[in-house]
Amino acid sequence: MSNKPHDTFPRLLASHVKLRPNHTAMREKDLGIWQSWTWSQVSKEVQTLAGGLASLGLKRGEKLAIIGDNRPRLYWGMVAAQTLGAIPVPLYQDSVADEMAYILDNADAKIALVEDQEQVDKLLEIRDRCPQIEHIIFDDPRGLRHYDQPFLHNFEDIQRQGQEYNQQHGDYLNNEMAQSDGNEIAIMLYTSGTTGQPKGVVLTNDNVIITARNGIVREGLTADEDVLAYLPMAWVGDNLFSYAQSLVAGFCVSCPENGSTVTNDLREIGPTYYFAPPRVYENILTQVMIRMEDAGKLKRSMFHYFMEHARKNGVKILNGEKVSVTDLLLYKLGSFLVYGPLKDTLGLGRIKLAYTAGEAIGPEIFEFYRSLGINIKQLYGQTECMVFLCVQPDGEVFADTVGTPAIDVEIKIDDNGEILYRSPGVFHSYYKNPESTASTKTPDGWVLTGDAGFFDEQNGHLKIIDRAKDVGKLNNGTMFAPKYIENKLKFYSFIKEAVLFGNERDHSCAFINIDLEAVGNWAERRNLAYSGYIDLAAQSEVYGLIKECVNKVNKDLSKDSRLGGSQIHRFIILHKELDADDGELTRTRKVKRNFVGDRYKVLIDALYSNLDECHVKTQVTFEDGRTGLLEADVKVSNAEVYSIDNLTAASEV
Amino acid sequence: MDMNERKIGDVILALDNISLSFGAMKVLDDISFDVRQGEIRSIIGPNGAGKSSMLNVINGFYHPQEGSITFRGEKRKEMDVHKAAASGIARTFQNIALFKGMSTLDNIMTGRNLKMKCNIFQQAWYWGKAQKEEIEHRQKVEEIIDFLEIQNIRKTPVGRLPYGFQKRVELGRALAAEPDILLLDEPMAGMNVEEKEDMSRFILDINDEFGTTIILIEHDMGVVMDLSDRVVVLDYGLQLADGPPDEVRSNQTVIDAYLGVSH
Repeated sequence: MSNKPHDTFPRLLASHVKLRPNHTAMREKDLGIWQSWTWSQVSKEVQTLAGGLASLGLKRGEKLAIIGDNRPRLYWGMVAAQTLGAIPVPLYQDSVADEMAYILDNADAKIALVEDQEQVDKLLEIRDRCPQIEHIIFDDPRGLRHYDQPFLHNFEDIQRQGQEYNQQHGDYLNNEMAQSDGNEIAIMLYTSGTTGQPKGVVLTNDNVIITARNGIVREGLTADEDVLAYLPMAWVGDNLFSYAQSLVAGFCVSCPENGSTVTNDLREIGPTYYFAPPRVYENILTQVMIRMEDAGKLKRSMFHYFMEHARKNGVKILNGEKVSVTDLLLYKLGSFLVYGPLKDTLGLGRIKLAYTAGEAIGPEIFEFYRSLGINIKQLYGQTECMVFLCVQPDGEVFADTVGTPAIDVEIKIDDNGEILYRSPGVFHSYYKNPESTASTKTPDGWVLTGDAGFFDEQNGHLKIIDRAKDVGKLNNGTMFAPKYIENKLKFYSFIKEAVLFGNERDHSCAFINIDLEAVGNWAERRNLAYSGYIDLAAQSEVYGLIKECVNKVNKDLSKDSRLGGSQIHRFIILHKELDADDGELTRTRKVKRNFVGDRYKVLIDALYSNLDECHVKTQVTFEDGRTGLLEADVKVSNAEVYSIDNLTAASEV
Repeated sequence: MDMNERKIGDVILALDNISLSFGAMKVLDDISFDVRQGEIRSIIGPNGAGKSSMLNVINGFYHPQEGSITFRGEKRKEMDVHKAAASGIARTFQNIALFKGMSTLDNIMTGRNLKMKCNIFQQAWYWGKAQKEEIEHRQKVEEIIDFLEIQNIRKTPVGRLPYGFQKRVELGRALAAEPDILLLDEPMAGMNVEEKEDMSRFILDINDEFGTTIILIEHDMGVVMDLSDRVVVLDYGLQLADGPPDEVRSNQTVIDAYLGVSH
């Protein structure tokens, strides 16, 4: 496969219809049975939908909003829009109506293709704020029977309408397809807005298709891959892995039955190519460990014996390094008895390539999967370049790097430590936002990532420390890289979320969210009674447990001359879990540090005082939008701070 | 959406002057109300008011000493449990009554029992007609699983499920009988706000999608007032009021006896 610029998605679809018409292109589980569509069936569905969209008046350059879980019909909506030269704009399906109103309005969406009643209700609620939406098409008619708005349409009716339209208009679709080229806009993806309002990233066909193809070439992916589409369609990663790469390489994408069945569906499909954010891998590992603790003695000891063997030899075997014949044989036996069945249970038995990205992943988590023979690698990327910037090469996988630059990607580090890049995937612009475009993209085509990092001198891999703007200084002059330390904390399975404070202060302090499942299980084992998160978080035994984790992180930091001064002096365990509904996390579950800092100012004041307890009142939002008041007494705990000189770096790994 | 668009038909079930006693204790005293086709009818009242007894009279588990029941135009002194089930009355229970060791799927499948036409021998062979029938029933059960959004627990033994899900499975089993009238005995007891909202939505959807008439006993006044078309209020076996939610809410006797207390 070479780089053929000027391709478009409708043409890629047409090429698969010629090359592999009866090869399965999509699957979806419905009423307990996997339904599938071949490439030629998908093409027919897309054609009638495109005709239907045309009959509703969707024209070149206009926007089709797409909102819902990963459903084949919503993916078809993307190609159908692109067939007309229109631009799909996927939105996060769990956004509240207000968040949607902003994007729909900003994007000038003309038609919305949505999954079900839940989304229709949201759109009706904000209709007066988005008057430019002329039509709403829904996939699942359940509960919508009595909705009689003339602008609401059933997906199937639109396809019927499209069939007629296509018959009456002869070559209309083919003509529209022929007019599109690689420079035309393929899609608009809104970034989740860690700061400020979301921005619409405009990507051209060449941006998306060339980047997708480069990824396929580098990893040697084929038309025989199986992918499970379970991440939000609005996220650039899903668009790359479940849409763009599928259409470039011609592999099959399966849609889960619904959001809560993903684990089962994963096991049934057994994907060969898989992406998950670190927290998914963490959750799987935590669950395996909890279930093994509850297993019988024989199984448990067998598991631990072979996992220990895998830990010593598995990674070497995966990397193609030499191990002794006995070790190899024992590993084979382990595959038969433990690793194979375990991978099958997790749905990871057929994995050729698994990616993770977005946040740093704990070394022991990484090692667990790799020692089982699962080729999990980190990548580094952004929406602004259609994901791929750096990928770890096979056999060169380290927990603390993100690998070497992807094909056609140039990377440089500026004087402030910020990472810049140039690549074929570099976005066209931010929609209707020339100021942001200008401040992100230099005139000669370099893009500022906003991340601070450096190339590791030993292996040439890129290392990310933090967001460039978040890297600050403590009053004693030490570099303060909060995310770097938060990630170290989050590597402990007991800690779900951590928020660090310390910029322009004397020392660092932390908020901790415990992992209810892991700590709950730990507590049950010790016969500690608790009624829920608040109760568990306040127990002194739990404080002891978390303090150990914090101490270990401090010890680790003390070995680094640049960061040793930013050890955590005091911490609290928050009385509630940080929640996107309360605005504390973004929809992609990243902490909004400043917002959290303002919201819990009382607690921060307590951290930087001598108090050992603090009373706090917090307003919380339930899923239905109602609010309630949460009151609690939160304890403040001190942590051990190690002197930077007194420890030898070799004392612990 | 506007609930007025729903079709509420003629009276399907009428209870006239029902009295029920256990020995010297009068549980229901001269209760009269009717239920219309397609409506959501609630029975409310404090603990011990006779609500569950009322449901038991409707599905024939209790036989009242006085009064009459008119079901689909046919007047009788009492209902018969088996006939009630066969003629389209299904119910859920205040205390969950599921087969704890069986999966969600199998539990709901048991709700299809009355609809199965093959005899035990045909079923044992599982061939021809029996196989075809089983596939049809499974299809129906899968539709219910889809409807109640419990695909993820399809194969989980019910005993391992959290309470809210068990309640949903029980609702699923009642639905599997494709009832005309569904009796729900405190479907939301012990649930949190979110679970209650889900359950409310399912009740409305069942009523709307399948046109099922629903008779509901519930303690949560917010839920009752939101869902119901008409409400009958009982207190220690006596009928205090009967009418649309707004009317009942503003009825002084009801306020004194029940609503005014804490809610």
